[in-house]
Amino acid sequence: MQGQIKEKAIALLRSGAADRVLGWKLGEFFYDLTPAVFRTPEEVERDFVFSVFSGPNLSKYLIEESKKEGRVAAFLKPCDSYSFVQLQKEHRIARENVYAVGVACDGMCDMKSIRAHGVKGVLSARQEGDRLLLETLYGPAEMAKRDALPERCLHCKSKKVVDFDEMMGENGTECPDCGRFDEVERLEALSAQERFDFWRGHFSRCIRCNACRNVCPACSCVKCVFDNPDSGVAQKAAASDFEENNFHIIRAYHVAGRCTDCGECSRVCPESIPLHLLNRKFIKDMNELYGAYQAGADFASRPPIMDFRQDDAEPSVIYARGGDRA
Amino acid sequence: MKKLLKTNLDTLFQAIASRQTLYIPVEDAGKQAAFIPYAPGLVMSGALNTARSAKDLFFPQVESLVNFRMDGKHIEIVSAEAEAKPFVLFGVRACDARSFDILDRVFYDAEPQDTFYAHRRDLGTVVTLACGAPEETCFCTAFDIDPAEPAGDVSVWESGDFYLFRANTEKGEALLRDLPLEDASDGAADAAKDAIRKITDLLPLKDLDLTPFGAGKTQTFFDDPAWASLSESCVGCGTCTFVCPTCQCFDIRDFDGGKEIRRYRCWDSCMYSDFTQMSAGQPRPTQKERFRQRFMHKLVYYPDMHEGLFSCVGCGRCLQKCPIHMNIVKVIRTLGEETK
Amino acid sequence: MNDALIPQIGVVTQIRVETPDVKTFRVVGLDGKKPFEHIPGQCAMLSIPGVGEALFSITSSPTVEEYLEFSIKKCGCVTDWLHSMEEGQEVTIRGPYGNGFPVDTDFVGKDLLFVAGGIGLAPLHSVINYCRARREKYGTIDIVYGARSMADLVDYREILDEWSREDGVSVHLTIDNAQPEWDGHVGFVPNYVTELKPDTSKTVVMCGPPVMIKFTLSGLMELGFDRRNIYTTLELRMKCAVGRCGRCNIGSKFVCKDGPVFRLDELDELPNEY
Repeated sequence: MQGQIKEKAIALLRSGAADRVLGWKLGEFFYDLTPAVFRTPEEVERDFVFSVFSGPNLSKYLIEESKKEGRVAAFLKPCDSYSFVQLQKEHRIARENVYAVGVACDGMCDMKSIRAHGVKGVLSARQEGDRLLLETLYGPAEMAKRDALPERCLHCKSKKVVDFDEMMGENGTECPDCGRFDEVERLEALSAQERFDFWRGHFSRCIRCNACRNVCPACSCVKCVFDNPDSGVAQKAAASDFEENNFHIIRAYHVAGRCTDCGECSRVCPESIPLHLLNRKFIKDMNELYGAYQAGADFASRPPIMDFRQDDAEPSVIYARGGDRA
Repeated sequence: MKKLLKTNLDTLFQAIASRQTLYIPVEDAGKQAAFIPYAPGLVMSGALNTARSAKDLFFPQVESLVNFRMDGKHIEIVSAEAEAKPFVLFGVRACDARSFDILDRVFYDAEPQDTFYAHRRDLGTVVTLACGAPEETCFCTAFDIDPAEPAGDVSVWESGDFYLFRANTEKGEALLRDLPLEDASDGAADAAKDAIRKITDLLPLKDLDLTPFGAGKTQTFFDDPAWASLSESCVGCGTCTFVCPTCQCFDIRDFDGGKEIRRYRCWDSCMYSDFTQMSAGQPRPTQKERFRQRFMHKLVYYPDMHEGLFSCVGCGRCLQKCPIHMNIVKVIRTLGEETK
Repeated sequence: MNDALIPQIGVVTQIRVETPDVKTFRVVGLDGKKPFEHIPGQCAMLSIPGVGEALFSITSSPTVEEYLEFSIKKCGCVTDWLHSMEEGQEVTIRGPYGNGFPVDTDFVGKDLLFVAGGIGLAPLHSVINYCRARREKYGTIDIVYGARSMADLVDYREILDEWSREDGVSVHLTIDNAQPEWDGHVGFVPNYVTELKPDTSKTVVMCGPPVMIKFTLSGLMELGFDRRNIYTTLELRMKCAVGRCGRCNIGSKFVCKDGPVFRLDELDELPNEY
């Protein structure tokens, strides 16, 4: 795939179909690829890498890139494409300035998962079938590729690129049986106190670095309420437990109905807080209350929270649903 | 030198914890290591390093400075929290141990001294642990740090079935004096040190060249066009800053709790857009200038102010944690390459 | 705990309205005395708990023994609050911070030219009055001061009644646009400075908006001034004022500690981030 994608990027630049290419740039190691804009075929030839480590979602960069002069070609994985559509629905991206190249994806490996598997000092990785063969400072190692996948790929909701001008590889399909709500259900079954303890155990580690917010394609406010000194809730660091919870709860509410479940928040969290679970809880609740909805899946559907219907759930639903757990 | 059977580590922890608060690296709910007060049942993490650096113990993310009570036109100063107690910080790696030297120059040795930081430094005894298994992201040796010879009040090595202890300071000797340790020969840790150095010789970043950087290099790098491409995809979060053992910028804020107003300081990041924002203007208008500030400070400005000492210890946290995998190694490589 | 970041309480004993958006606040300690001694050009941190802390130039001269004064323009959170308060209000104060002007070394025996625009007079006010009080130590004193309009001239009464009437002190006022009740010079400060053709042996002390500094400077360079004889004072966002919170770091300097007063040749060594 790497070779074809590179050729495609070069061809787009040479033909003038694109003035710039948004992709992933070679790092110091085999895995630390950085989102980057390539302006010449030579840059692409030298630095462009597409591999199982091209995890970062590029769609958010299109907000700024599509405002610039000329056309930008972007390589979008299925996840990225959902964000791409959602941002278009929110009028954040100038679609006419983007040439979207869909890229089939079978899961993006993550060093966090590889390290969590107990492999240290990894120097190189090679995929052979469904195995990853690794060279490390401490000798060779081997693991199933599946074990190198982050949670978001293990429970991938869709392998379908939902908006593209051109597709590389065969487009995939949605994965309705991905089990992405299993963990949410487990949390729902806990008592209110247990659930609170679960989240406090995680939020208490939050260092308020804002990585989850800044990387989130749904967090596209020009000025975030948490950065606005006039909002009264501007914070640098949580001065109390309440503020710690507040940041994440407000953020989850704010992206509800717009979060495509791309999982970038959990990918980037330096404290490994499972932030995607908050978002999935909202998605699951909305599915149950308003009917199945997937943000970013298409252009036509109306987001449940921006849509009003006679049979909408009343706010009092929280009492009925919460019961003794409310 | 002293020694302890590895199987007796918990006994040692209990002995220390009976006298002082003991912080050890423990796996947290996120399956990463964090310094947590020892309690029976907690086990030392086998991770190379903690997700957050050890600076937290001396320069916590949030720290009360003073409280105020307001009554009409009247303001009353109420002093902040009770004093901290002596504590032991166990399992600090050589990189983080060096970071204390770097922070000391800003907080401890400076005029006026930062009494909050100094108080904690005086109360804390640092026990370092030589690195058994460095990661590929380690580059402390580029800063002349020897992971086989970590600093601190006490240094500890793993060797076969034993932990080996060496006190480096009076504070360290005081700590070891009454602990259930056996005597060991002076060269007992030599084999462990050799094994560590064999690994550090293989580290992919061991040849990272810092000679182009340091004091007096502002003009060389400040206007380098590479800052634009290096910072291009930076999302402007504070991850690198907050996991960094040497980043020490802070903000001072007031929290109105109703009865009292708590003035506290908290970590801040030069990567944030409001860091230098004034009502009169913004001297660092784009992410490029903010990004440049962070690395220029570590590689040029800090050395300028502190006899050439770099404000980086090569711990590799930013390499592992940056959402887009941009980091100081890439900056050093890119800018350093251009000067050749 | 006694730390540099912990302030003392001060009382605002007098508030004077200078211009529509500038007020001067007189501050004493709870004991009724001056909170601390300072050098002209140094600053202090004032705060209202719950609102925030901000750094201000001390406007009064060190030769004033009873109090400190601050001329403050309303332009943000803390200053809005200060402008809305009444006399008798307590505030917190800590300082003094920064290096100040070399009034007892480099300035001694020199002819001094002060150039200020708008609220930029505030930091110079302290120096000017210090030099007036120690008149015998310095040569001639020229003051070029401009503002948008007559109403925006800070310390207007003091300038007319005291500064203008003193031997060896020449005051040159200007406003941006003509006004019926104004019979003085009309035009921008930089042009006025060039028109006055000051002698290049003078030591220049400048403070004002960046655009004023920029054009005054190029005028002075054309006239042949030496950059080592020109001083200015910088303003950056600050929190700690003791050189460690990181905000006012430019190159190897911290403006709060190594500045805010810089000689032009010193500024030339720093990256242009101010």
